[in-house]
Amino acid sequence: MQSFLDILMILLVLLNFRLLGASQLGTCVHSVAFQAVIIGLLALLPHGLAPSWTWLMVGAVTLVKAVVLPGLVRRAMRETGVMQELEPFLGYTVSVILGVGLLAASFLVARPLRVPAGGMTQVLVPVTIFTMLTGLYLIIARRKAITQVLGFLVMENSIYLFGVAFAVEESWLVQAGVLLDVFAAVFVMGIMIYHINREFDNIDTDRLSDLKD
Amino acid sequence: MIFPMLHVFLALIASPLLLSVINRTKAFFGGRTGAPILQPYLDIAKLLRKGTVYSRTTTWIFRAAPSVELASVMAALAVTPLGAIPALLPFQGDLVFLAYSLGLMRFFTVSAALDTGSAFCGMGASREVQFSALAEVALLVGLAAAACLFRVFSLTDICRQAWAAGPVSWEGGGTLLLVAASFLVVLLAENSRIPVDDPNTHLELTMIHEVMILDHGGPDLAFIEYAAALKFWILGSLLVSLALPLRFADPLPDLAAGLIGLFFLAVTVGVIESVMARLKLVRVPQLLVVAGVLSFLALFDVMR
Repeated sequence: MQSFLDILMILLVLLNFRLLGASQLGTCVHSVAFQAVIIGLLALLPHGLAPSWTWLMVGAVTLVKAVVLPGLVRRAMRETGVMQELEPFLGYTVSVILGVGLLAASFLVARPLRVPAGGMTQVLVPVTIFTMLTGLYLIIARRKAITQVLGFLVMENSIYLFGVAFAVEESWLVQAGVLLDVFAAVFVMGIMIYHINREFDNIDTDRLSDLKD
Repeated sequence: MIFPMLHVFLALIASPLLLSVINRTKAFFGGRTGAPILQPYLDIAKLLRKGTVYSRTTTWIFRAAPSVELASVMAALAVTPLGAIPALLPFQGDLVFLAYSLGLMRFFTVSAALDTGSAFCGMGASREVQFSALAEVALLVGLAAAACLFRVFSLTDICRQAWAAGPVSWEGGGTLLLVAASFLVVLLAENSRIPVDDPNTHLELTMIHEVMILDHGGPDLAFIEYAAALKFWILGSLLVSLALPLRFADPLPDLAAGLIGLFFLAVTVGVIESVMARLKLVRVPQLLVVAGVLSFLALFDVMR
C-alpha cells in the first residue's frame, strides 16, 4: 500500500514536470486533469474502498476538478484560438531545470514537517509544496492568460492535497470551500479571457502593461 | 568466481549479438527479413582483415584512440555485475569508476574525431560532448540514488540487493523505477540509438556517433564497433539489474535470467527504434534533461 502511494506521489511530481516542460496547452490541461484524478485516489485510498459518504464527496470533487474545470479551460482555448504557448518568458528546458531546483527546495523546506499518522506517506508534504510552487511558477513565467489559469488550478490541486493529509476525517468542508473559490475564479477568468481577447485580439497578459496613458 | 568469469566471457562473445537482435526486431517491424543474425561478427571479421589508412593530418591520438576505447570499455566491463552475478573485480566506489571509464572512452572518441581536422568530424564531436554532458548527470545521479537507497557503494552490492528484493515487495520500488527509466534514456543516448541518434545512416547532417568515426577504417573501426557493442552490454546489464528484479537463490538461473533480460532489452530497444522517429536535434537536450530530472527525483525520494 505504502509503495503504491509512493508511486502515485512520484506520478504527481512527473506531471508537474510535464506541465513545466510542455508547450501545447492541450497537454497542460490534460496533465492538470490527471493530477486531479491522482489526488482523488490519494484521498480515497487510506479510507479503504468501501462505499461511504467520503467516497461520494471525493468522487464529486474529483469529477468537478478533472472534467468540469478542464472543460471550461478547453472552451476558453477554443474560443480564443490559443493552442500553444509560443514565447514563454523562460524556455521549457530552463523551466524543467529550475523545476529540479524547486523540487530540491521543497524537500529541504519539508524536512521538519511531519505528516500526522493516518496512512499517508511522508513524501506528501514536499510533493504538496512542489506542486504549489509549480503552480506559482506557471503563473509567473508564462505569457498566456490560459496557462496562468492552469497554474491557478495546479495550486488549487496542491491545497486540496494538503487538506487530504491534514484533515483526514472532516476535510471535505474545507475542500468544498476551496473548490467554490476556484470555481468562481475560473469562471471569472474565463469571462475575462474572453473579453480581453475580444477587445485586444490577443491574450498576452504582458501587453496589458502597455495600456499606460 | 566461476560465474563472474562466465559473465565477462559471455559479454565478450555475445555482445555483438545484441545489436543484431535489435536489427532483426527493426527488420521484423519493417516487414523485411533482415541481416543474418551473425552479421555484426562478419562485419568485424571483415574489418579485421583489412588494412588501415591514416590521413597525414592525424597524430598519434588518432591511432591510439581505438585501442584506448576498447581497453577502457573492457575495464568498465570488469566492474559490471549482471543481477545477482557479481562483477569480476568489484571494489568500493566502482560505480564512479564505471562512469568515468566510459567517460575516458568518449573522451578518446571525441579527441580522435577532432584530430582528423575535418569539420564534419568536429561537428559530431561537439554534439557528442554536449549530449553526453547531460547524460552523465543522469547516469551519476541515478547511480547515487541507487547507492543511497541500499546504503552500499559498489555496483555489485547495489545490483545484488535490487535483484534480491524480489518483484513484488520492492523496498524502494518507486525509486528503482525512476532510476531505470532514467537509465533507459541514458542507454539510448550513450549508444546512439534512435530517439537521439540514428545508427544506420551515414553522411547525414544530423547524426552524432557515426560522424565521429567516419575517418577510421580497418581494424581500428572493428575495435570501435566492438567497443560500442560492449558498451551496450554494460549499460544494458546495469539497467536489467535495476529494473527486472527476479529472485533465484541459484547463480545459474540468475545468469540465465540476466541474459534473457538483456535480450528482452535489445528487443525493447528495437521496438522503440521502430515506433519512434528521431527527435529534432534541439529537442534532444530536453529529453536528456528529463532523464536527469528522473534521477534527481529518485535521489530526493531516497534522501528525504
